[in-house]
Amino acid sequence: MSVVVDVALLAFLAVTAFAVMKQRNLFAVAMLSGIYSLLCAALYTMLDAVDVAFTEAAVGAGISTVLVLGTLALVGHEEKKPARPKVLPLFVVLVTGAVMVYGTLDMPPFGRADNPAHQHVAPRYIEKSGEETGVPNIVTSVLASYRGYDTMGETNVIFTALVGVLLLIATGERRRRLWSADERNGVVTEESSEPGEDGDG
Amino acid sequence: MDDRVILRVGAKILIPFILLFALYVQFHGDFGPGGGFQAGVIFAAGFILYALVFGLGAAKAVLPPIVAHTCAAIGVMVYAGTGVVTLLLGGNFLDYNVLAHNAEHGQEWGIFSVETGVLITVFGVMVAIFYAFAGRRRSEP
Repeated sequence: MSVVVDVALLAFLAVTAFAVMKQRNLFAVAMLSGIYSLLCAALYTMLDAVDVAFTEAAVGAGISTVLVLGTLALVGHEEKKPARPKVLPLFVVLVTGAVMVYGTLDMPPFGRADNPAHQHVAPRYIEKSGEETGVPNIVTSVLASYRGYDTMGETNVIFTALVGVLLLIATGERRRRLWSADERNGVVTEESSEPGEDGDG
Repeated sequence: MDDRVILRVGAKILIPFILLFALYVQFHGDFGPGGGFQAGVIFAAGFILYALVFGLGAAKAVLPPIVAHTCAAIGVMVYAGTGVVTLLLGGNFLDYNVLAHNAEHGQEWGIFSVETGVLITVFGVMVAIFYAFAGRRRSEP
């Protein structure tokens, strides 16, 4: 039964990817990307990775779709048709895909107990997490306690992302005040100090 | 926006449940799927829905951008501060065992504290990034 669901979900993924490729209306592409993320979340659930699925559904299907739509409101939502069919990008994508498929051939079989990933620290976490942290969900105890350093790094990454976005595209009262303070102090660019040049209002 | 009655009423009904669900995800993260990151995103989604339906101005009146920016910084501070507290109590950085009278309670407090930090940061960052994108006016071609 689960094989049928897996195959159906993967088929839907492929169909969605082709639809994204053919679609020229970027509004529809944004919606299809959200659907793609939801399908991924369903696949993660099938793989018993519910925490990852939760994040994918909330961030991939939810927030990032909203951000893409917000961007489309600024830049317009019709993709330009390419002047001629591009062969090189197709070639690069095909080769990369072939290499990745080739790479999966050497991977250990899915879900086997003696896979390398299950040999290192995982048994230690599974055996000791309950008595050491008292948290039933091992994902939470690994994330917040055993790997607390990594999660702190991730929190910093998110914070840094905000700083980057604000520096690049933020507009608003405080920024305007900053600029007018610069002008008061005489820090003006040459163009704006010349009268008559920028009289468009 | 004034004529979209169904959208407005629907959003008004949904938003409290979205925020409540975010808190459930946060505090139930020890037992089921979820945690600070997911909860922060869902909590932010409640405010973003409000902004989408009622307009950016109304949302900024409820939650000014400066609050979102401050949240983003405070969360990181709560997380790193937990580490500093464990240092001061004689443990290693982010070693929660020393936070309470025994190791298990210490872990419970530590995980609760850092998850709260993650929640606050993710919530602030998501809302602030949305404000930054939505607040820009379309440049004339």
